[in-house]
Amino acid sequence: MKARVTVTLKTGVLDPQGKAIEGALKSLGVDGVASVRQGKVFDIEVDAADRTRAEETLKAACEKLLANTVVENYRVEIAT
Amino acid sequence: MRAAVVLFPGSNREGDAARALALAGAQVVKVWHEETELPAGTDLVVLPGGFSYGDYLRCGAIAGRAAVMGPVRAHAARGGRVLGICNGFQILCESGLLPGILMRNANLRFICHRQTLRVERADTAFTRRYGKGQVIDVCVAHGEGNYTADAETLNRLEGEGLVAFRYCDERGGITADANRNGSMNSIAGVYSDRLNVLGMMPHPENLIDDLVGGTDGRGLFESLVAT
Repeated sequence: MKARVTVTLKTGVLDPQGKAIEGALKSLGVDGVASVRQGKVFDIEVDAADRTRAEETLKAACEKLLANTVVENYRVEIAT
Repeated sequence: MRAAVVLFPGSNREGDAARALALAGAQVVKVWHEETELPAGTDLVVLPGGFSYGDYLRCGAIAGRAAVMGPVRAHAARGGRVLGICNGFQILCESGLLPGILMRNANLRFICHRQTLRVERADTAFTRRYGKGQVIDVCVAHGEGNYTADAETLNRLEGEGLVAFRYCDERGGITADANRNGSMNSIAGVYSDRLNVLGMMPHPENLIDDLVGGTDGRGLFESLVAT
């Protein structure tokens, strides 16, 4: 089962990297960029019997390692 | 005093930490991160600086979940002392032994310079050889030292006196200029609730010999050995 985990910074957490990228896009003349927040994407192959199990595995992966929930949120998507 | 310096893949300051401890009179052993127990009689665990696991995922994230962290957590729960320096501080935050997280420096640069710190309290096992409010001269060298925590955690740290050190100017003033990584409340180091775990970004182990510029870092190791 293929899955994608997206980890993003929580609202309000300062993201200096996103800010720098936003500035660079503006200086490159890319119009219409209001703001940039940087996150991480993990493409994961899950060895699970069904969707529910896969979701449990991915949630555990996020809580235990992939996201630091002090400052980050995560979202799990399983390919259909 | 028996100190165990933990070595992760990518640690690179373990030799300096061990040297500073030995100079202060500690018996030092190095412990590999795959160990599932600490050497018998360990009084102090030190997580040294470096770039464990190449800073992959988040600084300290993978090391914070290493096998050795089980016994380190148990040691801390028994009231045993734990010191994390630089990457070690990041590991302590990632392992949940200390609150908060070290984010990318606000100016996005790796900073490497001499830095004055204000000792916020001198009644702990780590700082009794200093005075409260004393300004000490140490070094910083990090890309992710921007201490961040939610408002509730920050209030608790401040209210319970758990801030160990703050970045300050030469006279002890807490200024934006002295806080070059952008840490909340200029926090350079924090204690656990019971004051037996300390994490700090600066490197006291760099300043233990006049030959290399100063000895203000010695007090921390001498405090630990004297306790």
